[in-house]
Amino acid sequence: MSLTDHIAGIGRSAIASVTGLGSAGLMLWGAIARVPKPRKGIPLLIKQLYVIGVQSMVIILVSGLFIGMVLALQGYNILVGFGTEDSLGPMVALSLLRELGPVVTALLFAGRAGSALTAEIGLMKSTEQLSSLEMMAIDPLRQIIAPRFWAGVISLPLLALMFTAVGIYGGHIVGVEWKGIDSGSFWSILQASVEWRQDIVNCVIKSLVFAVVVTWIALYRGYNVIPNPEGISRATTQTVVQSSLAVLALDFLLTAMMFGS
Amino acid sequence: MLTRKIELLVGVFILSGLMAFLVLVFNVANIEVKPGQSHYTLYAKFTNIGGLKVRSPVKVGGVVVGRVTQISLDPTELVAVVELAMDKQYEQFPETSSLSILTSGLLGEQFLGLTPGFVMDDIGMLQEGDYIDDTHSALVLEDLIGQFLYSVKSKDN
Repeated sequence: MSLTDHIAGIGRSAIASVTGLGSAGLMLWGAIARVPKPRKGIPLLIKQLYVIGVQSMVIILVSGLFIGMVLALQGYNILVGFGTEDSLGPMVALSLLRELGPVVTALLFAGRAGSALTAEIGLMKSTEQLSSLEMMAIDPLRQIIAPRFWAGVISLPLLALMFTAVGIYGGHIVGVEWKGIDSGSFWSILQASVEWRQDIVNCVIKSLVFAVVVTWIALYRGYNVIPNPEGISRATTQTVVQSSLAVLALDFLLTAMMFGS
Repeated sequence: MLTRKIELLVGVFILSGLMAFLVLVFNVANIEVKPGQSHYTLYAKFTNIGGLKVRSPVKVGGVVVGRVTQISLDPTELVAVVELAMDKQYEQFPETSSLSILTSGLLGEQFLGLTPGFVMDDIGMLQEGDYIDDTHSALVLEDLIGQFLYSVKSKDN
């Protein structure tokens, strides 16, 4: 009796997780298929770009600057022991382009924009605003979910590029202005070792993947919230935890695919 | 007007994102926009290419004149065949030129050094698809140490 109960419990949770995955997939497909229409959708998209993108810019730029600076400082202390402090440029640029730029931006984005998305949509859901939209024959996927999804997918790669560019200048500030590396060799060695296809395109691909995943998780958690205050707080926490884990795990996979061989 | 301000800020956001992209592409990756088909291909055979890689530069007196595009093994002679894409701008190398695998710095990347040869009446210039005959393989540190130890030993006896 108890054994069959346990087995049934495993089955129940498996069915629940597959159902969840299916409905999350349906929601994602609904958001992707409803590309904002020029007349009505673009103003909604611009509003969301403002909330998701522009308002995340300050935290992204400031943390990019500081991460670039601290990377340069730590790298300098090690490289100077080998007399190769000129290679600081590629060290900072490659670690930002290949890893830290997309990953840290996605983590910050999950905390700054993802949690806000979940809380907003969760509150809409629990105050029945989404159902009332449906009653008025307005598709909530088109009106609410799709603009937020596309705004996230557009914003995160742009933010990651800004993060990386600012980080490299932060490294330049510490390396050249403070520690006195020659500015010419900093840039020339950096330019010789960064490749357009290998580094910059892969940086954009990574941040696009992270953008889809983080926005998807945030929207789904909000859309499927248990409609009470506790449910909203749990959904917000889950958004941050799950999207951070997903970003880190996917980062390893993508890195293995891009740089593994 | 609030929407006007929002639109303006979103525009600034998108533009700064694109600007960051352009900074990365042109200032950091330093890609040069060049018309295609500006290369000609040369081949060279080496018994040992050491740490030479695809995209390693070909230099004449330190100036980059081309890049390695392919490295393969000749199936009959069992030597490495290196394919070079040379800049069309530099095509005045005589057939007597020699190619050696050099290392930048003590532990740096390996690159190909092209030494232009002499020019005489019956010697033409290197053309598309030509083989460079005079090649010097990479110096392998282990072989050098082995030779050194051998010479020290033979001196003792």
